[in-house]
Amino acid sequence: METQIFGHFIEESLGDMEYLKIGLLPNCLSIKQSWRANGLSADFIANYVHTFFVGLPKNTDAPIPIQSKHAVKYIANELLENAMKFNDSTSQRFIEIAFKLYNDKIIFHVTHDINSKNVEKLKTFLQQIINEDPQDLYFSRMEFNAINDEKGSGLGLLSMVCDYSAKLGWKLEIPKHDAPTTLTTMVCLNI
Amino acid sequence: MEIKTDDYSIKYDSESDIIICNGSLLLNSSAEYAPILNLFNTAAEKQVKPLTLDVRKLEFLNSSGINTFTKFIVNVRKKKVLQLIAVGYGEIPWQVRFLKNLQRLMPTLVLKLE
Repeated sequence: METQIFGHFIEESLGDMEYLKIGLLPNCLSIKQSWRANGLSADFIANYVHTFFVGLPKNTDAPIPIQSKHAVKYIANELLENAMKFNDSTSQRFIEIAFKLYNDKIIFHVTHDINSKNVEKLKTFLQQIINEDPQDLYFSRMEFNAINDEKGSGLGLLSMVCDYSAKLGWKLEIPKHDAPTTLTTMVCLNI
Repeated sequence: MEIKTDDYSIKYDSESDIIICNGSLLLNSSAEYAPILNLFNTAAEKQVKPLTLDVRKLEFLNSSGINTFTKFIVNVRKKKVLQLIAVGYGEIPWQVRFLKNLQRLMPTLVLKLE
């Protein structure tokens, strides 16, 4: 097993912190049902987190502060949608979304399998997000998408960086033999 | 012209020169958003007077939805003849950011933040 890290990846800590983890098995449901489950899970997470934000001062200059219920729902929903879209269809692994609340930040981890054939394309996109100006990349993707139809607009992760001031990181666990690669996407937002 | 489901509605009123977006848009992929994009583009084709895009009652929009709106904006920008006005609530941060992003794509877009 080879592990590769991209961006500002922070490992999931098992410390004494408030956390919640949801496991979804996409093959058990139709695509339509799975998609609906994304929205419901994201709603639940947003409502849950919101109770911890009540009365807390906003300590970030993000264009869309994480304290608004919409923000947590948006991040959780995008992470789940990406996981559903790019999950390896032969995988028996649960798609897991976990988040942990700290005094000054909230960290999401989403883990799922991806088809090993898609790994190189994913790495190229991740390198673009890391190395290029995210605002320029965000708007050039919008322009590109206006005349091209590809699977996945690529706007979800870029909007997290540009509109929510999120820090992103990824961990790829690549097996030695022909088996799916496990991808963990991390999103960290200052509160 | 209207698309209506339990979760959202998109209505083009040609007499009032307005598209009103309501509810939560969480559709999967540009294929599912195609009817909405089609409604937007049809409205733009028909309009002679300025067209208002009202998102005040839009509660949620995923990134595929953002992609649909930006496709529409780029389409209108290319035609150069239609004046577009976007209306949202100034106190809803995601609406403000979303509409400002649209305005960056099309600087002639008039923003009305209430």
